[in-house]
Amino acid sequence: MRKKREKKEAALALSRRDFLKGAGVTVSGGLLVGSSAAAAEAAVSENVVGPGPVPITLRINGENHRLSLEPRITLLDALRDHLNITGSKKVCDRATCGACTMLMDKKPVYACTVLAIEAEGHDITTIEGLAKDGQLSPVMEAFWKNDAQQCGFCTPGFVMACTAFLMKNSDPTLEEIEKGLGGNLCRCGTYAGIRRAALEAAKAMKGAQIHG
Amino acid sequence: MASCKYDWPPAGQLGLIGKKTDRIDGPAKVSGRAKYSYDINRPGMLFGKMLTCPHAHAKVKSIDVSPALRHPGVKAALVIQDVGSEIQWAGDEVAAVAAVDFATAEDAVRLIKVEYDVLPHLVREENLSKDGDRAKSAGEQKVGDPDKAFADPEAVVSEGFYGAPVITHCCLETHGNVVEWGGPDSVLTYSSTQNVSGIPSQLGAALRAKKINVQDGNIETICQYIGGGFGSKFSIDRWGVVAAELSKQAGGKPVKLMLDRGEDLEVAGARPSYFGHVKASAAKDGSITAWHSETWGTGGPGPSGVPPVPYVLTGIPNIYKKHTSVSTNIGPARAWRAPNHPQACLMTLAALDDLAAKLNMDSMEFFKKNILLAPTYLVKTYQEEFDKAAELSEWSNRWHPRGDKTPGHLKRGLGVSFHTWGGRGHAGSCNVIVRPDGSVTVQSGTQDLGTGTRTVIAVVAAETFGLPVEAIQVEIGDSRYPFDGASGGSTTVGAASAWTRRGSVDALNQLFAAVAPSLGVQPNQLEARDGKVQVQGDSSKSLSWKDACAKLGAKTIHTMGKNPGPCELDSVGVGGVQVADVTVDTETGLVKINRLVAVQDCGLVIDKLTAESQVYGGLIMGVCYALFEEKIMDQTIGRMLNANMEFYKLAGIGDIGGELIVHMMTGPGYDNRGVIGLGEPPVISPGAAISNAVANAIGVRVSQLPLTPARVLAALAKGAVA
Repeated sequence: MRKKREKKEAALALSRRDFLKGAGVTVSGGLLVGSSAAAAEAAVSENVVGPGPVPITLRINGENHRLSLEPRITLLDALRDHLNITGSKKVCDRATCGACTMLMDKKPVYACTVLAIEAEGHDITTIEGLAKDGQLSPVMEAFWKNDAQQCGFCTPGFVMACTAFLMKNSDPTLEEIEKGLGGNLCRCGTYAGIRRAALEAAKAMKGAQIHG
Repeated sequence: MASCKYDWPPAGQLGLIGKKTDRIDGPAKVSGRAKYSYDINRPGMLFGKMLTCPHAHAKVKSIDVSPALRHPGVKAALVIQDVGSEIQWAGDEVAAVAAVDFATAEDAVRLIKVEYDVLPHLVREENLSKDGDRAKSAGEQKVGDPDKAFADPEAVVSEGFYGAPVITHCCLETHGNVVEWGGPDSVLTYSSTQNVSGIPSQLGAALRAKKINVQDGNIETICQYIGGGFGSKFSIDRWGVVAAELSKQAGGKPVKLMLDRGEDLEVAGARPSYFGHVKASAAKDGSITAWHSETWGTGGPGPSGVPPVPYVLTGIPNIYKKHTSVSTNIGPARAWRAPNHPQACLMTLAALDDLAAKLNMDSMEFFKKNILLAPTYLVKTYQEEFDKAAELSEWSNRWHPRGDKTPGHLKRGLGVSFHTWGGRGHAGSCNVIVRPDGSVTVQSGTQDLGTGTRTVIAVVAAETFGLPVEAIQVEIGDSRYPFDGASGGSTTVGAASAWTRRGSVDALNQLFAAVAPSLGVQPNQLEARDGKVQVQGDSSKSLSWKDACAKLGAKTIHTMGKNPGPCELDSVGVGGVQVADVTVDTETGLVKINRLVAVQDCGLVIDKLTAESQVYGGLIMGVCYALFEEKIMDQTIGRMLNANMEFYKLAGIGDIGGELIVHMMTGPGYDNRGVIGLGEPPVISPGAAISNAVANAIGVRVSQLPLTPARVLAALAKGAVA
């Protein structure tokens, strides 16, 4: 009985995702646009999953993790509370501060406002995935050496945002860095170090391949 | 030459102290490996959630947690404030649950039934005439004869209104903890705290008051990393006690109870507001003659604290001051980095800057002229710092009389401010362990708020033993280690460097005693440097550190370093001068920082890298409260309107301006005073310096922080009419 239900839910979850994909929903934004919203509502009512737990497989740092989660659980909470992957921090919980920044298919997302079920089928990279075999990534190294940290709670988010930014723009100006990292907040006031770190990391990464 | 055996090495012999040393815990932090209290996950852990009161002032009429307790997945529920309790602020906690996951706990608290008798509230205090009997005198003081001084026909008198609203701490790691019972009489807490050694006795007392018997010695607190404190995390707090109670009810299972962002901003820390009318006078030559202030502020239901005005220039000959504390129904005040000082600094330095403008004097010259009114021990420091700050800010080229006359809507201006702080090391201790294999460990129940405590300990021990920093293992953040004081008031680096030094010198002397026979000399003829123990002045007679430690045989050296102790290794009383260079857009009201200069003294610098980071941090946090931060309360609903990080604004990386210049005062006259704390001082001046720069740019004073576009435009409009 239970098995049958899970199977059904899995099928529903899949069809919902397929539908959302078809409806032009971006994963990171999660917004339905224009007239497709009404159509979405009608279609989703037949394919709704939850509120109980549904099976989810998350691919994190190259490894698959099978979970049973309520659809309302965010990607951030799934990792922090259910997988003990805690490098990404829960700070504003509202897509303002960037402390939870992860990469989804190499694009930065605020994991506090991505549902775990939305992340299924995507490659998730967290701060833990950037330090391969315990080696600091060039961005991490630059943050350390430029003391771009005090309490350190915003640091993993900044490292992720900076890594993603430099993947897009490998030779940034200071102004571009300030725009590129404008989606993250620090309370201790480490921005002076972060500016230096981002410039230095860009230099160090020239020609080098970025993890993740 | 050191006159006391624990003294710091003389300037010429310092190897690591005063240089830049990378944070030893930096790799753990940048890689996400550092485990903060919020990151702790324990086997079988439950998630706690508290129900909070939506009213700013109310009495609990009835409360029933049983529906929550019946909810599937809930393992414990309790009433925090029972029938009859008077709630003094919105967001105050009334009940709590613990459940198998966070979402279930959130669902369950919504099932709790509470009825309130709603009472009248006051949450806005900036208009004193409307505060009624909530306003209570907090004292007045008179020095000399201010009335006579103001009446002097030769006196130049300036009057103004100045203010700063309540702001919050907004630590990125919210307040909270994970608490579990290891047995019927043993508790373990993972607390986000600035006070690792102090938490067990606080929790023990709170639990015993609730007839839960546990001895302090059976309570352990761990905090390896803390995501910001700034003065708001000294206490076990209600959420610590509640987590322990929930855990006990659930058979000892670990309970994680962290505030969410909204709760944290509403209840877990506020800096008192400070408003006031100031009148100040000077003789025509610029000498300040009199000060008169009538000020008020709120610290929530409790007293607001009394900011020390006139700030620094305490020698003004004629002073009248009166302060009123307004009791309000906002969340309670907590110590906010340099308690009372930023407010006092703004009130004083803005008012006196207006006086300088009225005198048509260069404000830097005006403050230099009057600096003899500061406490004597600070005068020379300030004089040197004024000159350095003037040089670094290009003051003589860039300063102009009030109101930038450049055509167009972009107006540039310069403002100066200065500050002081105590910063003597607190009472505390450490273990220093030197083992026969040569490994060295320093342990203390202290904490690292981001100051660089671990690194400071490692630098001082390494300097003493003549070893590289990497050779020192530092273990902190656990109350089982020797007691250390709370990290508040810039007291940690002074303490940690002193107790590390004393413990390390004692350990080294024990090592010398063990090694001396094999080198054929007396122990007092030995020195430790460059990884060796050698005869002083004769490096040919030496043993490597490892070989020297092997002479210990089976014995491990175990010493305890304490502070305070013999020899003055730390000191008190620093000065700092800051200059802000801003551009104001008079069409939009936007203030842009061009440059901030901080010239700061802190005695002997241990790690220049982390010391400078503290000053950068102070400047940037100062930009936040000068331009953005305000706990916006709504008098109708009695609640905070911006209890989230979207509208409780902090500066982003693009908001801090073009250039931040930090200059540490070091060398003779500074280093020889010993170590003085640095956390608070640099955050004191930015509000006043930026406010003064804006006034210099646009020609009128924006009377209140934060200097938002709306306030800037209002001041411009008012100034134009006047």
